[in-house]
Amino acid sequence: MAEIRSYTMNFGPQHPAAHGVLRLVLEMDGETVVRADPHIGLLHRATEKLAESKPFNHSIGYMDRLDYVSMMCNEHAYVRAIENLMGVDVPDRALWIRTMFDEITRILNHLMWIGTAALDLGAMAVFLYAFREREELMDCYEAVSGTRMHATYYRPGGVYRDLPGHMPKYQESKWRKGKDLARFNAAREGSLLDFIDAFTQTFPQRVDEYEELLTSNRIWKQRTVDIGVVSPEQALDWGMSGPMLRASGVEWDLRKKQPYAKYAEVDFDIPVGVSGDCYDRYLVRVEEMRQSNRIIRQCVEWLRANPGPVITRNFKVAPPTRTEMKESMEALIHHFKLFTEGYSVPAGESYAAVEAPKGEFACYLISDGANKPFRLKCRAPSFAHLSSMDEIVRGHMLADVVAMISTYDVVFGEVDR
Amino acid sequence: MKSMFDNSAATQGAIAAAEAFAQSLAARFGERLTRCVAERGETTIEVAPQAWLEVMTALRDEADFRFEQLTDLCGVDYLSWGEAEWDTTDVSAEGFSRGVEGEGPGRFSWAGRPRDVAIPHRFAVVAHLLSISHNRRVRVRAFCDDDELPSLPTLTGLWSGANWFEREAFDLFGIVFEGHPDLRRILTDYGFVGHPFRKDFPLIGNVEVRYDPEKQRVVYEPVTSVEPRVLVPRVVRDDSRFEQASAERKLGGGR
Repeated sequence: MAEIRSYTMNFGPQHPAAHGVLRLVLEMDGETVVRADPHIGLLHRATEKLAESKPFNHSIGYMDRLDYVSMMCNEHAYVRAIENLMGVDVPDRALWIRTMFDEITRILNHLMWIGTAALDLGAMAVFLYAFREREELMDCYEAVSGTRMHATYYRPGGVYRDLPGHMPKYQESKWRKGKDLARFNAAREGSLLDFIDAFTQTFPQRVDEYEELLTSNRIWKQRTVDIGVVSPEQALDWGMSGPMLRASGVEWDLRKKQPYAKYAEVDFDIPVGVSGDCYDRYLVRVEEMRQSNRIIRQCVEWLRANPGPVITRNFKVAPPTRTEMKESMEALIHHFKLFTEGYSVPAGESYAAVEAPKGEFACYLISDGANKPFRLKCRAPSFAHLSSMDEIVRGHMLADVVAMISTYDVVFGEVDR
Repeated sequence: MKSMFDNSAATQGAIAAAEAFAQSLAARFGERLTRCVAERGETTIEVAPQAWLEVMTALRDEADFRFEQLTDLCGVDYLSWGEAEWDTTDVSAEGFSRGVEGEGPGRFSWAGRPRDVAIPHRFAVVAHLLSISHNRRVRVRAFCDDDELPSLPTLTGLWSGANWFEREAFDLFGIVFEGHPDLRRILTDYGFVGHPFRKDFPLIGNVEVRYDPEKQRVVYEPVTSVEPRVLVPRVVRDDSRFEQASAERKLGGGR
């Protein structure tokens, strides 16, 4: 019999299951992993250094590009850090809009996750289903900000503009006309809130569809149950947060424990796992989608009943309206100063964390009183999660590494920053 | 409309809690803390590098603190703290070029730093701890003694999660963590030279990379394709504009 020695293998960066640009150097003994050494940084863009050379508002758009599947949550952490330091008041309506879009973002992220995770483990159809709903939520992003992904919608002091009264519609084309077109546009006749409301009515059944495909699927369970078990002690030790921590049985969610925006006023539950394996992480994320749906419905209800301003009237931080600017000298000066120089943030430091879909995303902002950050540190949940890779996958089979990477829910935009 | 420095009842509670916690930290560690403040509901302590491990161990293990998680650890380079690119008090004939060619952060040496600020050393390491059992956060900072070769003891023995955060601080700032099991670069390229997040590392970088068809390989050369430039000059305004505005609104009964 030939002797089998341990050997080293490169997993990625050009592997479809490497979720972007992970280069995982695996030391294998046959098909068993002896050591895993993730090499990251292939997507390093020095976001934090770039932010130091720009006025505060210019970096909001960079936040979208960190975790590029949960865009607005990243912005939320950044604008909250600025608001903390400046002591800016944010109108209630803006806080409700942020709460709603944070949850839309959470669903967007989890849909992306469920699709790609299933794809990694050999289930093709879930991806197609998940992207059907993602498309609708992307349209909400587009309606409110003009772009489908990198919204730059949150601003210190509120959000850029109020929710639009109409939705973009599908145009007639060779492939989409007559009855088909009417069906596609049926939910788009009213305002954005009507569209979101219609979405939340149907979404729970659609989650049922994904569950139908996976939850009791024998192959899915064989690939995930008891794979990559993270104990609660390990989860805390490695700085895990979000679904990773909750799947291990630690009841911790910043939305409940340290509420921000309007999370203290909405009603929702926190799903917690038992065994901390890949299957529990799947169950936690699926339930989170249902809970997010609940939160969105409450936000829609409030937002319908309460019109009002969506950004602060403090013109040192947010621009005055165009009409004011045309008539008032003071407003013109404010506008000019804001767009040429920006605003100076009082010296100090703040750590603003939000419960992003992947875990605790935080911006640690140090200001020396200038119109640019002195130092910005983005604390990315995936970075902490991925660092535990070696300890968790040791002793697993090669195919389980794929299951681990996908249920870690890593996105390299934020790991590499 | 509420003024900018009014805080809602919820945050008032957080501010009081942070102050009480800062006092309990001061009582427990006494002399070992060089600074202990609570600002905006966030507690910050500063320790000497010699006390770094001892304080961290106590924060993790003692029942009053029980910080189970190290959520974040990062390096900070305090070179150029408080320095502006556009000095509006000096009028010169140079005009606008003062703003775009000025001595901005990343373009002056440690010797030329502003002297009037209370920053003892250049490099600091800031750790954020989270206590799940007490639902509390604390920020711990330590300034490294040596500006040439900054170093601190590693925290990997206390929290495994410190591993990558310390590698990142080493990679980007060149802070050495003594006793770290695997202190390699993490974010920058294989074979990268320098520590890019230091303030005296230029934003455009030192070398650029291109494919050389003659040598038939990728070559590294000094940067020529871009020039350093400043689009919006850095200004420091500590003119109480915000207090003034809110005081005016209070007097005028709001706009």
